[in-house]
Amino acid sequence: MDFLNAIVALANFVIIPAVAYGSQLALGALGVTLIYGILRFSNFAHGDTMAFGTMVTILVTWWLQAQGITLGPLPTALLALPFGILGCMALLLLTDKLVYRFYREQKAKPMILVIVSTGVMFIMNGLVRLIIGPDDQRFADGERFIITAREFKQMTGLQEGLALKTTQGITVVTAVVVVALLFWFLNRTRTGKSMRAYSDNEDLALLSGINPERVVTYTWLIVAALATVAGTLYGLDKSYKPFVYFQLLLPIFASAIVGGLGSPIGAIAGGFVIAFSEVTITYAWKKVLGYLMPDSLAPDGLVQLLSTDYKFAVSFVILLIVLLFRPTGLFGGKSA
Amino acid sequence: MNESLKNTALFLLVAVLIVITGVSQSWNAALLILNMGLVSAIMAIGVNLQWGFAGLFNVGVMGFVALGGLAVVLVSTDPVSEGWSAGGWQILLGLVLGAATITAAVLAYGRLPKGRTRALAVLAILVVGFFVYRAVFDPGVEAVEAINPAGAGNIGGLGLPVLLAWPAGGLLAAGAAWLIGKTALGLRSDYLAIATMGIAEIIIAVMKNEDWLARGVKNVVGLPRPLPYEIDLQNDAGFVASAANLGLDPVTASTLYVKLGYSLLFLVVLLMLLWMAQMALKSPWGRMMRAIRDNEIAAEAMGKDVTRRHLQVFVLGSAICGMAGAMMTTLDGQLTPGTYQPLRFTFLIWVMVIVGGSGNNFGAILGAMLIWFLWVQVEPIGLWLMQVITAGLPDGSALKAHLIDSAAHMRLLTMGVLLLVVLRFSPRGLIPEK
Amino acid sequence: MSGPGYGDRGNNDRSIVNPQGAGELGSHPGTGHAMDTGSAFLIGDSMTGGYGSGPDILHDCTVSVNRGEIAVIVGPNGAGKSTAMKAVFGMLDLHQGSVRLDGEDITDLTPQDRVVKGMGFVPQTNNIFPSLTVEENLEMGAFIRRDDFRDTMDQVFDLFPILKDKRNQPAGELSGGQRQQVAVGRALMTQPKVLMLDEPTAGVSPIVMDELFDRIIEVSRTGIPILMVEQNARQALEIADRGYVLVQGRNAYTGTGKQLLADPEVRRSFLGG
Repeated sequence: MDFLNAIVALANFVIIPAVAYGSQLALGALGVTLIYGILRFSNFAHGDTMAFGTMVTILVTWWLQAQGITLGPLPTALLALPFGILGCMALLLLTDKLVYRFYREQKAKPMILVIVSTGVMFIMNGLVRLIIGPDDQRFADGERFIITAREFKQMTGLQEGLALKTTQGITVVTAVVVVALLFWFLNRTRTGKSMRAYSDNEDLALLSGINPERVVTYTWLIVAALATVAGTLYGLDKSYKPFVYFQLLLPIFASAIVGGLGSPIGAIAGGFVIAFSEVTITYAWKKVLGYLMPDSLAPDGLVQLLSTDYKFAVSFVILLIVLLFRPTGLFGGKSA
Repeated sequence: MNESLKNTALFLLVAVLIVITGVSQSWNAALLILNMGLVSAIMAIGVNLQWGFAGLFNVGVMGFVALGGLAVVLVSTDPVSEGWSAGGWQILLGLVLGAATITAAVLAYGRLPKGRTRALAVLAILVVGFFVYRAVFDPGVEAVEAINPAGAGNIGGLGLPVLLAWPAGGLLAAGAAWLIGKTALGLRSDYLAIATMGIAEIIIAVMKNEDWLARGVKNVVGLPRPLPYEIDLQNDAGFVASAANLGLDPVTASTLYVKLGYSLLFLVVLLMLLWMAQMALKSPWGRMMRAIRDNEIAAEAMGKDVTRRHLQVFVLGSAICGMAGAMMTTLDGQLTPGTYQPLRFTFLIWVMVIVGGSGNNFGAILGAMLIWFLWVQVEPIGLWLMQVITAGLPDGSALKAHLIDSAAHMRLLTMGVLLLVVLRFSPRGLIPEK
Repeated sequence: MSGPGYGDRGNNDRSIVNPQGAGELGSHPGTGHAMDTGSAFLIGDSMTGGYGSGPDILHDCTVSVNRGEIAVIVGPNGAGKSTAMKAVFGMLDLHQGSVRLDGEDITDLTPQDRVVKGMGFVPQTNNIFPSLTVEENLEMGAFIRRDDFRDTMDQVFDLFPILKDKRNQPAGELSGGQRQQVAVGRALMTQPKVLMLDEPTAGVSPIVMDELFDRIIEVSRTGIPILMVEQNARQALEIADRGYVLVQGRNAYTGTGKQLLADPEVRRSFLGG
């Protein structure tokens, strides 16, 4: 029984939150990795792109809620999500047209594009703060839990409860659907293959008659969708605050690099590696160990390896370890 | 137009802008802008050293600036003797043990033959070391933080003159930079960016959470300053008399006096650093730096140790940023870890360097002064603009209130637009590299 | 220098001979054999040019290929062989000369447009999409085609049977020779009217090289004219209907493959005796 309790506690406090967080990171990292593969620079504005897409989703959600339209037990934000994606697409295409295209035509070095993206980051950050303000916003509605801890205890008779939040369930399901769609697109459609070809070998793609501008446009569209979905899921699961999205840049980059920049599979793997490390290292293991060990050996302290305030340090250290021992990432990206 | 004439005109423009502020708003406000502009200029010189000379993309400026701030607390505040006797030494011992663990792991990794034994040995060292470190460190921290948490709860500093904190801030930042550079340099340039960004966040997290060090988010206020306090000046009959001679009331005179004092101090440091940076730029070392930047492969083929040179310039630039951070904290008179934001302390400095002219020290200084002026003044201008735009809307309308409220966020937008415009139409900046 | 035996034997004493104004303009009309470039299917005619505003690399250089032929460009390192190929494909700034395909002037077309016009080009390096599978590589080769390209793919698989076996493997994991086959196969997918190969055997072992040459002959037998640059001059000239020896960006010798192989001057200078 103690063993079961330990497993349930582990699932409740570590596995479920980490899977949800990992899915959000993976979606974010996919966007970063696509831009890196196709446009060949690290996009510092990605966190703020997520913030922008989520903001549009939130505004539409509020409007829908005001109209009395809801999704019943599911969050209304799911209904607003397509509008958020469209808004984000419009913004990214406009940014590309006004900003990035010029540097592509100049054949500017990727480093210049990175700096340009910090300029874009300022603008997007400013836009979001202008429109929705820098404060915390709540927009989740519907049922809060799929299973509450109490129901679970009654169902199983265990001491430990297992709670599954609706947002966590939705995060995982949505992430799976989005990733499946993305991989189907990249591996099965002509346009998707042409994007991979362009990412592999730009000159040869040109010689094969692949239109680079088209590839770039598709990339931005996909990135907009990924960023908005990732941002909205994160916002539903935790809360929406523009600055937090900017800070997400670090774990997202870490995920993309750990997996191997430019590799979509790597981005997903990296997202989960980072998420699981962050959660396990900052989790207080007292409860789980208390179940597993005999009473005499039960730990007195929290058995927390690092305080949650240092979660950035975790992604950072993993990033460093991977860079030092396997610079191309777990799935061998484009960078060496 | 003659180049030096143009450059002089640009600097004059900034001076005129500040004078206008003085006349139209207040001289206190103008001097405030000038002082922070000078500090920003020093940070910009540091970043320019890394980016302009060597092409290193450091997005961890915030971390080094914050370390400089920490140095002010550690150097200039009085030691908290209860803290030291309660657990200060234990904390130090814990830190030494932690460092020893890492050193041992690195040594073991280097010495042992490759294989499973090595991996296990390194892992064992790390795990055992970690628990020993926590066992020594945690009780020490608890003991220190328990002492008078409302007023102290930390180990305090060395009680030395605050001006010593400036080079100390540089040293602290240099040490951190050396550690980062040793691990991250030699990787690709984007990776250095991510690594520095991460370390900056970690430094801020440490400063926010390690209360024993500098009281964390409880802040350290009332730091010693190198200049007299306004209140002392106002009680000084001689000062009041000379202020009256200039036609100033004592309160204004004293604040202006102190601010001008800071301006002079900062200007001295800035000019010194500028002179050094200029000499470095013209020296064989500077030429080699730029040669490496322009063609790393060729430089490497000529036998230049590129990574080592990069490490040098990275440490130097970061040290300058740390020094500027210490100066800034001295100016503020308090250390508030919660106020360090990457947009303000990292990316804004970058805007300054790019707008001013990467690779040109004068450009960096000009960019810093100009951008800082805009950063401060865009807010009132934005507010005014919003008021003009919303003049037609009825009072109390939600949109009007929202627009006026959000004027404060205009500065980020403006900085982004400015950066993009300069990059597009004058990519080498206002004063380009020669 | 005049012919053997007619030299001045190192004697350049100005007091007894006066070489000044003696005239150096020799009469060397013709090549001694007809090349009929007028009917050439693809011709880069008297091309002069270089990269950007840099110095000229090609000087009045002409290369061409007729229907059903293999034309080979050989020459020492740095002779401008690949540059001549790039010029024909529109990747060089030409100041003079023209490029014509099937009688049509294509000098001003971009490389992409030349592909549409029916030129297939296999670059020397980076000529595959390494993370795409072999089949996807071929598909990308047919990107500009909107019709069904299955037949063409089958033809490519017939020509290069090994590719059929490895169709689902990422091209980057193949051996050097197999990658070259993928590269040629990719170019064939557009059903080009002419195929241009830039050093297809660079960096492969002699055995693989022989096999590649066999494949190239087979491709040529399907009726596609081939213009290629080769480092291995002797073998290339053996299969060539037409050969160009370039030296410092100029045409040094031109002839059929056999003629060039038989030419003592060419043998001594470029084929190692």
